[in-house]
Amino acid sequence: MSILVDKNTRVVVQGITGKEGTFHTKQMVAYGTNIVAGVTPGKGGTTHEGIPIFNTVEDAVNATGANASVIYVPPPFAADAVMEAAAAGLPLAVCITEGIPALDMVKAFAYLKGRSTRLIGPNCPGIISPGKCKIGIMPGHIHSEGRIGVVSRSGTLTYEAVHQLSLAGYGQSTAIGIGGDPVIGTTHTDALRLFNADPDTDAVIMIGEIGGTAEETAAAYVKEHMQKPVIGFIAGQTAPPGRRMGHAGAIIAGGKGTAAEKMAAMTDAGIHVVNSPADMGAKVAEVLGK
Amino acid sequence: MKIHEYQGKAILAKYGVTVPRGEMVESVEAAKAAAEKLGLPVVVKAQIHAGGRGKGGGVKLARTMDEVDKIASEILGMQLVTHQTGPEGREVKTLLIEEGLKIKQEFYLGIVLDRAISQLVFMASSAGGMDIEEVAANEPEKILKEAIDPAVGLTAFQARKLAFGIGLPNEVINKAVKFMLALYKAFVESDASLAEINPFLLTEDGELYALDAKLNFDDNAMFRHQDYEQLRDLNEEEPLEIEASKFDLNYIKLDGNIACMVNGAGLAMATMDIIKLAGGEPANFLDVGGGASQERVENAFRILLMDPNVKAVLINIFGGIVRTDMVASGVVAAAKNIGIEVPVVVRLEGTNVEQGRKVIEESGLNFTTASGMKDAAEKVVALANA
Repeated sequence: MSILVDKNTRVVVQGITGKEGTFHTKQMVAYGTNIVAGVTPGKGGTTHEGIPIFNTVEDAVNATGANASVIYVPPPFAADAVMEAAAAGLPLAVCITEGIPALDMVKAFAYLKGRSTRLIGPNCPGIISPGKCKIGIMPGHIHSEGRIGVVSRSGTLTYEAVHQLSLAGYGQSTAIGIGGDPVIGTTHTDALRLFNADPDTDAVIMIGEIGGTAEETAAAYVKEHMQKPVIGFIAGQTAPPGRRMGHAGAIIAGGKGTAAEKMAAMTDAGIHVVNSPADMGAKVAEVLGK
Repeated sequence: MKIHEYQGKAILAKYGVTVPRGEMVESVEAAKAAAEKLGLPVVVKAQIHAGGRGKGGGVKLARTMDEVDKIASEILGMQLVTHQTGPEGREVKTLLIEEGLKIKQEFYLGIVLDRAISQLVFMASSAGGMDIEEVAANEPEKILKEAIDPAVGLTAFQARKLAFGIGLPNEVINKAVKFMLALYKAFVESDASLAEINPFLLTEDGELYALDAKLNFDDNAMFRHQDYEQLRDLNEEEPLEIEASKFDLNYIKLDGNIACMVNGAGLAMATMDIIKLAGGEPANFLDVGGGASQERVENAFRILLMDPNVKAVLINIFGGIVRTDMVASGVVAAAKNIGIEVPVVVRLEGTNVEQGRKVIEESGLNFTTASGMKDAAEKVVALANA
């Protein structure tokens, strides 16, 4: 099994005719993801790369029975695209777009409350259940089917973890990049809860970074509820305060959000925290080998 | 994006936030002319982006024209050192000359995004004029907070609750509510990421003012505010970071001697971490982006090597969709164009990694290849210390 996406996932691509949308749609199709529709306002009724295009998400859902969306819409319009996916009742929306204004996402986040849509991202690589379904921009072939969950704020650091798992002989049940922005739909805690309930996940690698307190919240969840080992790493141990380290959310502000605080909270919760990003895979092997 | 106090106040004033009368000046003569116009006493305030200016000697009261002359001469051109500037301080090139007000009491107002609830939070405190981070740490009960529903915005009742809560007298409550609603409107319409009024001043004659104002903007929202580009003060920015921003490269200068070039912000931070664990000090944070094209790599190399402290370079690229051998070819071509004299360690991973390493090894360049992040970090630290 896996979490959130699998063989039954039917994907509509919002912003399918753009450069990014076109490229990654081809990649997803090549991986075996079931892409059933695309949305580009004004191009409804046409096809793109052999995929039927609709003017609205609602039209696409009604016509194709899509049950997940992936968003490659440019930043000025992306928050609106998230809300459109939610209004159409899709259970899952994955927003890849980087650079969405924070206040746009604050509105979209409020709009999602009370609706049934789970948002992943924005500013994220997406989600993959190896061998079943890939939604996003990650390189599919570095992943392999298996029983380790991966949740991370960062894209390439997720790939690094997956690569180390492969070297250690472990595949992944599902790998989720939750995104590096201050306002995101799915948190570390949400992902851990899903992995905890998944009978086919044996352990989870949780990768955090400086900024905010989401890792501390996740640690509290692990301490109370997690029945599987969690291996953790925090990026930005050497980052200076007050500087945004690439991700809009990766900033130590007001003395809060340091790596040291997060690592202490995670260690206290029983998470196997590694100091070095090179040790994630080996630590999984060590913990599961016991 | 950060701006100066005088710029922030001008924006806030447009939305109806009351600010003291004042003028921005760049010379002692202009300072005196401004004081003449405003009437004595005036406050002379150094305009730099860092906080803690008062403690550093960058904010002073002048009661006579001689004092205006003396204080403005002292502050203009000084290297102002505060807890936020680092030991080298920041050169003061502009001053804000403001009317002196009769202070009755100082409060604090602020708006930030609370990431835990994904909502804006309006904060108010009776502990004005102090370092709010210290107040938060030592007396958190003194900071009142109201979470704002983005659909309706800050409501008058929330503002009243805060105004009464911090102990403002009854007769100024309505003024305070108006002030707070104006501040919220300014925040939202200017796509701010932080607004702080500290101190929020109550004068002896019952008026409220933003005595100081800090307004930062959300970089992601700049497409809606092209006019803010002119508020940027390049004197306040690191020259290499300005250069990097021209090419859309995410570069932050640090104090070490090992430059790093990485794709992805998380991996870039992790690379800095592992350099430190291996006993070295990173010279920078640099995310070249997912594609890591030859052009981007070339610009990145050029910027990294402008830092005279750099003794070695670590390239850590996880080739995802873009094939590793293509990245390697780009790195080699860029290196040949630039002409690199410091040792370079290259760690490539991902699709076609074997071909990628071969491209590096057969390039004729004096590059060291590494397998894995740990190996790469150890090799580059050894080379930097050699």
